[in-house]
Amino acid sequence: MPEPKPTPSAAARRESVARTLWVALVVSLVCSSLVASAAVLLKPKQVENAQLEMRRNILEVADLPEGAGGIEERFESIEPRVVDLETGAYVDDVDASQFNPIEAARDPNHSVAVPPEIDVARLGRRADRALVYLVRRHGEIHRIILPVWGYGLWSTMYGFVALESDGNTIADITFYSHGETPGLGDFIDEPDWRALWRGKQVFDESGDVAIRVKKGRVSADDPRARFLVDGVSGATLTGNGVTNLMQYWFGEHGYGPYLRELRGGTES
Amino acid sequence: MSSAAKHALIDPIVDENPVTLQVLGICSALAVTTSLLPSLYMCLALTMVASLSNAAVSAIRKVLPSSIRIIVQMTIIASLVIVVDESLKAFAFETSRELSVFVGLIITNCIVLGRTESFASKNPVGLSFLDGIGNGLGYSLILILVASTRELLGSGTLLGYTILPTLAEGGWYNPNGMMLLPPSAFFVIGLIIWGLRTWKAEQVEQPEFRIHEVHRTEAF
Repeated sequence: MPEPKPTPSAAARRESVARTLWVALVVSLVCSSLVASAAVLLKPKQVENAQLEMRRNILEVADLPEGAGGIEERFESIEPRVVDLETGAYVDDVDASQFNPIEAARDPNHSVAVPPEIDVARLGRRADRALVYLVRRHGEIHRIILPVWGYGLWSTMYGFVALESDGNTIADITFYSHGETPGLGDFIDEPDWRALWRGKQVFDESGDVAIRVKKGRVSADDPRARFLVDGVSGATLTGNGVTNLMQYWFGEHGYGPYLRELRGGTES
Repeated sequence: MSSAAKHALIDPIVDENPVTLQVLGICSALAVTTSLLPSLYMCLALTMVASLSNAAVSAIRKVLPSSIRIIVQMTIIASLVIVVDESLKAFAFETSRELSVFVGLIITNCIVLGRTESFASKNPVGLSFLDGIGNGLGYSLILILVASTRELLGSGTLLGYTILPTLAEGGWYNPNGMMLLPPSAFFVIGLIIWGLRTWKAEQVEQPEFRIHEVHRTEAF
């Protein structure tokens, strides 16, 4: 499709500095408004998807009896509770179904700065309250599902750790949102790797957080094998990120006081 | 349909296929083809981006100063890719998780920039749009072939439906795990190119150089 060649003067006009800047400006404006309107218009639907994905992940580690029903329906049987992280006690003056600990961390009145020396998960701030999910079986606590998040190599990794009723044994773990390297660091949401966590212990005899992702494979006769999970070579920093978020969230500044309270048997 | 339009639309599917003839867009062809469903979304995404960016670049080709030509094309492509990516996250959430970064990487897919630069900046809007669709379809054809082969031989399924019952599920098929690893996409694409160039010998490239034969007489 040959085009008529523009006359020299038209070509010169097209290449002028003013024209170049003008075209650049218009293209940028049009493109940015396109991107912005797509982001704004699609946001509600995306938030809904993200919420559903989060609930699906909670259900995945909740070990509910097999049953029919959609995600929303099955999620009804899980009991969300708000916990005061400092005292470790349940708080009932907040509606647990509306509470979002990740958003609350941005509210200066309801959050505290994480001291830099213990901020291994690079959170910056955390809300003074946290949301935990209890799964009951015949009235007794069957699983305690704790939201955890922290920085990996590229991104904040959001996940859940489900503990057995002893508040120490890991029943399951899942990461529902992260931006780690596809095909490498994204091993954290693979079923095979998640299975390695089952039955591991968080705290050692002296009550310190001992759980960690080891570099390489954990040998079965390692005396500390029950605190160690295999790392993936080439994705050491993602593995370290998981170790760090475990260190923080199960430590004294995280769920430590709550889990102690729970183990003490003063459960309300 | 005029013959020019027909050529713009049909030629890139077999005769000038961007993957097999020009060997472009290989990285995403490796990454997303372990199963068919994400590949179909990828094809749809690429076809939309290629056709719309071609149309947009063509529409402004007469006012576009050549000094900022490429960056403007990239801006248009990148914006369209973000819109497609956001839409997938809203309407096809599960698949968008599987595709992860690879939708975003359409920005760097050589097919898209290659077509805006070599075709859309010299041709009218309608024709450029068709050329984008044609190249998208050409890419899609290869992606679907590769993904079907890999999913069928690697997992015994197509679109998640069992075609070859695997041993693990009590069937007879022992799945070929290699098909789920990236190199197998190379092998499948290589076989397709081999087949296509045997069928259409004019696609065979001239060797860029010939190895000069040296007959040594001295001993080392």
